[in-house]
Amino acid sequence: MSMTILTVDDSNSVRQMVRFTLNKAGYDVIEASDGRDAITKSHSRPVDMVITDLHMPHMDGIELIRNMRSTRQTRYVPIIMLTTETQQDKKTQGKTAGATGWIVKPFTPEQLLSVVRKVLG
Amino acid sequence: MTDDMRIHKQAFLEEAAELLAELESSLLEWENRPEDSALVDRVFRAMHTIKGSGAMFGYDDISSFAHEVETLLDMVREGLLSPEPGIIDLTLEARDHMAAMLAAVDQGGSVAEDGRTRRLVAEFRAVSSRAGSRRGNGGHATSPPGQESTPGCGERGEDTLRTWWVRFVPDAEIMRRGTDPLGLVRELGELGQTWVLGHADGVPPLSECVADHCYICWDVLLATSRDLNALRDVFIFVEDECLVRILPLDGAVSPEQASELAAVGRALVERGDLTAREWDSLVGAAAPCGPPTTVPSDAPPLQPGTSPAPSTSATGGDAGAGECESRTKGASLSVSSIRVPAARLDKLVDLVGEMVTVQARLTRAAERLHDDELRAVAEEVESLTWELRENAMSCRMLPIGTLFGKFKRVVRDMSHSLGKEVDFVLAGEQTELDKTVIERLNDPLVHLLRNAMDHGIETPDVRRAAGKPDVGSLWLSAEHAGSSVLVKIRDDGRGLDAAAIRARAEDQGLIQPDTEIPEKDLFRLVFHPGFSTSTEVTDVSGRGVGMDVVKRGLERLKGSIDIHSTAGQGTEITLRLPLTLAIIDGLLVATGDDHFIIPTSATEECVELTAEDVRLQRGRRTVCVREELIPYVRLRDRFGVNGGAPDIEKVVIVRDNDARFGFVVDRVIGDHQTVIKNLGRFLQGVEDVSGATILGDGTVALILDVQRMMSTAHGNDS
Repeated sequence: MSMTILTVDDSNSVRQMVRFTLNKAGYDVIEASDGRDAITKSHSRPVDMVITDLHMPHMDGIELIRNMRSTRQTRYVPIIMLTTETQQDKKTQGKTAGATGWIVKPFTPEQLLSVVRKVLG
Repeated sequence: MTDDMRIHKQAFLEEAAELLAELESSLLEWENRPEDSALVDRVFRAMHTIKGSGAMFGYDDISSFAHEVETLLDMVREGLLSPEPGIIDLTLEARDHMAAMLAAVDQGGSVAEDGRTRRLVAEFRAVSSRAGSRRGNGGHATSPPGQESTPGCGERGEDTLRTWWVRFVPDAEIMRRGTDPLGLVRELGELGQTWVLGHADGVPPLSECVADHCYICWDVLLATSRDLNALRDVFIFVEDECLVRILPLDGAVSPEQASELAAVGRALVERGDLTAREWDSLVGAAAPCGPPTTVPSDAPPLQPGTSPAPSTSATGGDAGAGECESRTKGASLSVSSIRVPAARLDKLVDLVGEMVTVQARLTRAAERLHDDELRAVAEEVESLTWELRENAMSCRMLPIGTLFGKFKRVVRDMSHSLGKEVDFVLAGEQTELDKTVIERLNDPLVHLLRNAMDHGIETPDVRRAAGKPDVGSLWLSAEHAGSSVLVKIRDDGRGLDAAAIRARAEDQGLIQPDTEIPEKDLFRLVFHPGFSTSTEVTDVSGRGVGMDVVKRGLERLKGSIDIHSTAGQGTEITLRLPLTLAIIDGLLVATGDDHFIIPTSATEECVELTAEDVRLQRGRRTVCVREELIPYVRLRDRFGVNGGAPDIEKVVIVRDNDARFGFVVDRVIGDHQTVIKNLGRFLQGVEDVSGATILGDGTVALILDVQRMMSTAHGNDS
C-alpha cells in the first residue's frame, strides 16, 4: 500500500505542487489548508508523514506540531516544516515542538522528494 | 519549463491574484481599525505567502519585492512601527505594483527591473531603517528567500572510494520528533557499503525504561565514493540534538579514537562481519597520531542517552498565537470547495445546453409516436435535465461580494483625492450572479461609483452648509428580484438637477420645449450618447460623464437601468440584471412557420385578439385588456412573415417596469427551456432580437429583445 502524506499549507499553489510531485512518485497525498483542518484530516485517516507550512490562519504550523505530538495516533508521525526563515528561532520553535525536519522555501520538486524519501526511508 | 511546472505556475498566478485581493481588503480594514493586531497578521500572512510561493515558482523579482514589504510589516507586527497611514498607503501601492508585476508575468513577459520597483524598495527600506534602529539586532526580520540551502541537494559525486567512521549517538527523545534513528543508519547504508555496530549498553533496567526513549547508539563504517556533505546530509535534521561524528579513516585520528576504533574492529571481527585481514585493509592508514584533521574534533563520549540538551532557545515568543482566530468565515468556506478552471464550467454549461435541445427532440418524438412508455421516459429525462441545468448554472454563480470588495479601494482612493469623506456601505454581498455577468458588471459599476463620488457627494463644507453630516454616505447593494438581480447605488449627495437636464435636452433637440415629460424619463436622458459631453451640464447637474457607456454595458448584459433622484437629497440608480446569460426560461410562440421566444420573466398573460377587436380599434394597434389599452406589435408585420393571420390571434402581454405591451402571434406553444446562442458577428446589428435558440426539431427560434422592441414601438408612435 502506498504511503499517505498530508500537506498542510494555506497556499493552494504550494499544496498543489507538493501533491503533483508526490503523486508522481507514488505517494498518496491529502491536503489541508491550515492546522485545524490538518488535525481533522489526520484523525479521519492515518497518515505516514506530514509536510506543513508554519504561517497559517486558525492554527499555525508550530501549534499543529505540538498538537500532533500530544495525540496518540500522530505522536511518532514524521513532520516536516516548510520555512522561509533562515533565522533559527522559528526552526528551533518547530523542533522544540517536535518537528522531524524542515525544508527551506523555495524548494524544487526534486528537493522535496529527496526529503520525503529520506524521512520515509 | 515542464508542463507540470506550467500548471503550478498558473495555480500560483491565480492564487496570487486572490492573495492580493485579500491583502487589499485587509489593508482597508486595517486602516479603519489600526489597533486590531489580527488584521496586521492577515496582511503579513498574505505578503508572506506571496513571497514564499513566488520564490518556489521562480518569480524571484516578485518574491524579493514582497520580502521588502514583509520586513516592514513584520516590524509593525512586533510593535516597532505604528501603523500610520503612510505605511498603509505605501503597502497599497506595493500591492498594485505586485499586481502589475504578476500581470506582466501572466502575459509571458518577464518582470522588468523598472524604476517603480526601485523607488518602492527604497521607500520601504527608508521606513524600515527608521524602525530598525530601534530594534536590537537591526536589519531585516526575515532573510531574503533562497539563501539557505535545502538538505539533500548538496550532493557532489566523487570517484574515489573512502572509508568513513560514523559515530551516531541519538538523543533520548529522538523518536518523539518522528525520527527513526535506525532509519538514519540504514540511510547511511544507501551511500555505500556499511558495517554497523549497535551499542545497547546504555539500556537501563526495564523498570526504568521509558518506552519511547532511545537508548541505543551506533558505530558505522562506511565505504563510499560520496563526499562528506552527503554523509552529513543524512543527519541534517538531527545534528543539533544528537551527537554525530564523522571521520575519514585515511586521515589521522587521535590515540584515544584509535583505541575506540580498534574496539569496533574487534567486535565486528568477532561477530564474523569481517575477517581480521579485511579489517586491517579497511582501516589501513588510520594511524594513531596527532589530532584529527577533519571535522568534529571533540570525540563524543560513548554514552547513549546523555547527549546535551536540545537547544531550546525559543526566543521571540509564539509569533503565531494571535493568528488563530482571524478569517474564520472565509476559510471555512474555502475548505469545502474545490477549484475548477472556468473553461471547464463553460463547457459543462454548453453541454447541458445541448442536452436541453436533445431532450426537447426526445419529448417531441415521444409525442409523435404516441408511445406511452417512451413518453414516460421523456418526461423523466425532462425533469432530470431541468435539475441538471439548474445545478450546472449554479456552479457558475459567484457571490457579487467578489466584485464589491474591489470597489472599497476605488471609493477610498477617490475620497482621498477629492477631499470628500464618505462612508461606503455594502449590502447583499452574498447575492449570487453568473460569473460572466459579474465580470461585465465591473466597468459600469466603477463608472457609477465614480460619478457618485465625483458629482453626487459634496465636499464637507458644502454638506455642512446644506445641513447634512460632514461625512457622505454611499450605498452599494444587491438583492434578488425574481429571475433578476437588482444592484443599487445610492448616495446622499446633491441629486440630479432636473431643470438643467431639461434645458440641455431641449438644446440638443432631444425633447420639444414645453413637452410634459415625467421626471423619471427625463433622468433617463442622461444615458443618451453625447448628452453628457457638455461640461456645463456636468458641472450643474452633476451626472453624465460616460453614462452612455454604462447604458451600453448594461445592454450587453440584457439589463436595464433606472434613476431616482431628489434634488439635495441624493440619487439612487437601480440596475436590473438577469441571473444568467446562458439559459433562460422562455415562452415559445409561433407566427406562420416562424418561432420566437419571449423571456418568461417578462411575460404577464396571454389574451385573444379577434378580427372584431381589431375592427373596433380602427387600426390603432391597441388591445383593451381589463379596461386598459395596451399597445401591441404584430410579429407577422415586424418580421415579414408570409401567410394570412388566423381568425383568432394571440397577444402575449409583457411588462417592463410599469409599462405593458403586447406581441401578437398566431399560436402560443408553451414554456421552453431556452439555451441562448449568440447571433453571429454579421447579425450583431439586428435589433429586436437578443439571440437565438435551437428547437427540438432543429429549427431556429429568435429570442425577442422585449425592452428594445417596446422602446422602438414607442418611438414610432411618437
